[in-house]
Amino acid sequence: MTFLQFFSRHSREILQGTLEHIWLVAVAMLLAVLIGVPLGIIVAKRPWLSKPILGGANIAETIPSLALFGFLLPVPWLGARSDRLAIAALALYALLPIIRNTAAGISHVDSAVRDAARGMGMTERQILLQVELPLSFSTILAGVRIATVLTIGIATIAAAVGAGGLGEFIFRGLAMVNNQLILAGAIPAALLALGADFLLSLLERRLRPVRA
Amino acid sequence: MANDSTNTPATPGATRNTSSGSSVAPAIEMRGVSYQLPNGHSLLCDLSLSVDPGETLVLLGRSGAGKSTALKLINRMLELTRGEILVEGKSIKDWDPIVLRRHIGYAIQDIGLFPHYTVEKNIALVPQLEGWTPDRIRARVEELMKLVGLDAGKFSRRFPHELSGGQRQRVGIARALAADPPILLMDEPFGALDPLTRGEVHREFRSLEQLMRKTIVLVTHHVGEALLLGNRIGVIDAGALVGMYSPKEFLAATEPVAAAYVANLRMYKEAEEGL
Repeated sequence: MTFLQFFSRHSREILQGTLEHIWLVAVAMLLAVLIGVPLGIIVAKRPWLSKPILGGANIAETIPSLALFGFLLPVPWLGARSDRLAIAALALYALLPIIRNTAAGISHVDSAVRDAARGMGMTERQILLQVELPLSFSTILAGVRIATVLTIGIATIAAAVGAGGLGEFIFRGLAMVNNQLILAGAIPAALLALGADFLLSLLERRLRPVRA
Repeated sequence: MANDSTNTPATPGATRNTSSGSSVAPAIEMRGVSYQLPNGHSLLCDLSLSVDPGETLVLLGRSGAGKSTALKLINRMLELTRGEILVEGKSIKDWDPIVLRRHIGYAIQDIGLFPHYTVEKNIALVPQLEGWTPDRIRARVEELMKLVGLDAGKFSRRFPHELSGGQRQRVGIARALAADPPILLMDEPFGALDPLTRGEVHREFRSLEQLMRKTIVLVTHHVGEALLLGNRIGVIDAGALVGMYSPKEFLAATEPVAAAYVANLRMYKEAEEGL
């Protein structure tokens, strides 16, 4: 049986796995952005909080992904459902690049622009919303892009805790020593990563701040 | 508190050639002002001066002498360490910093135009913050662009990076004037311009009716600019005010820093005469 035959015979399951995969990644990324961008702003604005925040995100990043899924298992509400668990773990991984890029984007806003904004009587909040965030948007988006590609890869491991997704095929393939099964998970995952990277890079290019 | 853009004088008794001892209450008064960095390093020491309504005071000095610091203390971009500053008779501590800053136009050397805003939106910034109606803002922007010599039809939709240095500077000045603040602080506003463009902007600047009645504190290290634009020239050296002159007095000053500036000016003149 050729790979293509195999692929078409299992196309429904593969599609199902892909959709599960997208769901896991999308929810995790949404959470990571909602948490990571505000944390990045704090890192840029409150230097004394930047060490603990970046340190925490760094530690989350260094825990091997399989172990992180394991660590979160006993957490009461999270451990109750495998997709919850997977999403929380994925969001934790996605946090660091988002926090870092948000902080970098904001602290790289030209100090003359910030000075002028303050001197003309903009409040801190107005400066953040009307000047700093719009000017760092493409940098933040670059962080989201890196995190998304990373998360699509790591999400294959979510199958280990039964959260579904394309990792199912890979784990089954490994257990049955069946390369076609492994590829049925790996190829769509790789295509997803490439596609997400491409789409987000398009968006990023369109939103790149104009150079002074 | 937004001032209207009609031609009523911003302040009674606004005169271009003021002498000390005028009876009008000063627009800005600094009394024994000092500023120290948190590490104890002193940038300004016991600075006292007053600026009359409608007057242009130039602060002249070397880079790092403390001129910009003095300016930033007035609109509370920096908080003074000792002394007192009064703006229109009221201590700046009693002003809300945001209200104070919107009452005072601010133009800086690097201009600080918002790169993601068009020329139009940049100029409209303070009126927008003050909640003007769109019609009033549009009319004001058009008026200001004409005032600083920019064709509104051609430039209003451009972004700052599509302008030359001189054009950007003009937009910066228009922006500082937008809500018609009675007081203007200008920190090397023409500093980044080449000599010819600088000259053109100087000439325009002097002829701007709207600037005549404003109280202006202008910081520069350019003697020619100081003589051309100032009603009075305050010389700042190493964080202290070492002299206050009319342009005429300045040319005859014996105080070493002022004299050095005059000598510097003469050096170029003599070079020219020697040819």
